[in-house]
Amino acid sequence: MAVKVMIPTPLRPFAERQAAIDVEGQTVGEALDALTSQYGDLRRHLYGDGGQLRSFVNVYVNEEDIRDLQKDLTPLRDGDTITIVPSIAGGSRD
Amino acid sequence: MSSPNEFSHPGTAAEALASLSKEEVLRYSRHLIMPEVGMDGQLKLKQAKVLLVGSGGLGAPLALYLAAAGVGRLGLVDFDRVDFTNLQRQVLFGTSDVGVPKLTAAKRRLSDLNPEIQIDTYETQLTSENALEILRPYDIVVDGTDNFPTRYLVNDASVLLGKPNVYGSIFRFEGQLSVFGLPDGPCYRCLYPEPPPPGLVPSCAEGGVLGVLPGIIGSLQAMEVLKLILGSGNSMAGRLLLFDALEMSFRELKLRKNRECPLCGENRTIHKLIDYYQFCGVRGEEAPPPSVEVPEMTPIELRDRKSRGERIFLLDVREPHEYQICHLDGYLIPLGDLPRRVQEIDASGTVVVHCRSGVRSAKAVDFLRKAGFSRVWNLKGGILAWSDEVDPSIPKY
Repeated sequence: MAVKVMIPTPLRPFAERQAAIDVEGQTVGEALDALTSQYGDLRRHLYGDGGQLRSFVNVYVNEEDIRDLQKDLTPLRDGDTITIVPSIAGGSRD
Repeated sequence: MSSPNEFSHPGTAAEALASLSKEEVLRYSRHLIMPEVGMDGQLKLKQAKVLLVGSGGLGAPLALYLAAAGVGRLGLVDFDRVDFTNLQRQVLFGTSDVGVPKLTAAKRRLSDLNPEIQIDTYETQLTSENALEILRPYDIVVDGTDNFPTRYLVNDASVLLGKPNVYGSIFRFEGQLSVFGLPDGPCYRCLYPEPPPPGLVPSCAEGGVLGVLPGIIGSLQAMEVLKLILGSGNSMAGRLLLFDALEMSFRELKLRKNRECPLCGENRTIHKLIDYYQFCGVRGEEAPPPSVEVPEMTPIELRDRKSRGERIFLLDVREPHEYQICHLDGYLIPLGDLPRRVQEIDASGTVVVHCRSGVRSAKAVDFLRKAGFSRVWNLKGGILAWSDEVDPSIPKY
């Protein structure tokens, strides 16, 4: 399935500054694998040492959090949008 | 803290809260003629008590709009002074406020904007010790802070007290908005159970924010506050708004309450406030610079050594756009490029590394020493210290 992955600003430096990247995959896990094999530096920002998605990085398929779906095994359809949303703290200073 | 300014017409304070004076009717007339607000709504605003944590980029539009709208009691928590670098986005303050405590300047400005309201100021850092006491008198809490420890603290204190928490956050040209802490809605920990560990947060070189962005997100937070007070419309509870200013796109994601949330879930394990600095770890953006122990050279010593003719390779590890702001004629290799460009460094003499404040260059010195460079020093305090101690013509940023 051809899907689009939306890259948040803080992670764009690790993806050649692109805002969106097209990848292939049957599941969210496969799509993110395709993404991180293309952009290796993204991997340590998305996954912990145990290979688990980091708890301050949320992944959505279209509008839904994959934690409410089937996590990594969430199936994809052509044209789906995967959105990576890391926590950001900014407010007043930086 | 100020006393309520509600005695401009006869009657007790309670009666004053139940009606509008002639001046207030005129002031709020554009609300009063809207059926969605009207007299009932304006009185709800007058009786509302809202606490703003942080008087910075988000807090500035929040405070201005909520005061102007007639929110009867507005609490502000902040302990900073107004700085020149604030003025690019913190529209609550003016040039003449630089150096003044933010809350002194804010109270002056807000009292002028609307003398009908009560403004409480808490010139302190919100901590686990004082948070419940400070939040308790208010109906709604607004999170306009800039760091993870305080965000988790604001969230936890709001949930423990059962108060809605209007959340906004920004990074460069992206913003997030939601409402946490409503009885059936998610909290910040449902969204993010844990903060990022130190080292995985974008460095200060990648920080910065487009000045209008906090104006937009702070204004959206103010709108959510008004809706909660008026009890109208659909609040952002259960939804996360993602705003991208460059694309001018608003996207919305669904947020669900996490049944396993340690704070608001079915089997919660957090029943009181914790140590949030420990929880979040020490991180460059908030806590003091990570203590990489490296040899340092002061700006004065560097100047003296250069003037004695010592051969010094000055390495600047900032980003190219920072070099354009100001530089010390150093050789530019951004910290992130250093590992693959070390061979460009002339290590035959002394190597002195600098950045803006000395944090990134300490990492670079640590890296270079581990890579076998022995005569490498960190310029203590970076360009900022050089400007203070050696050459005041170098601008600080």
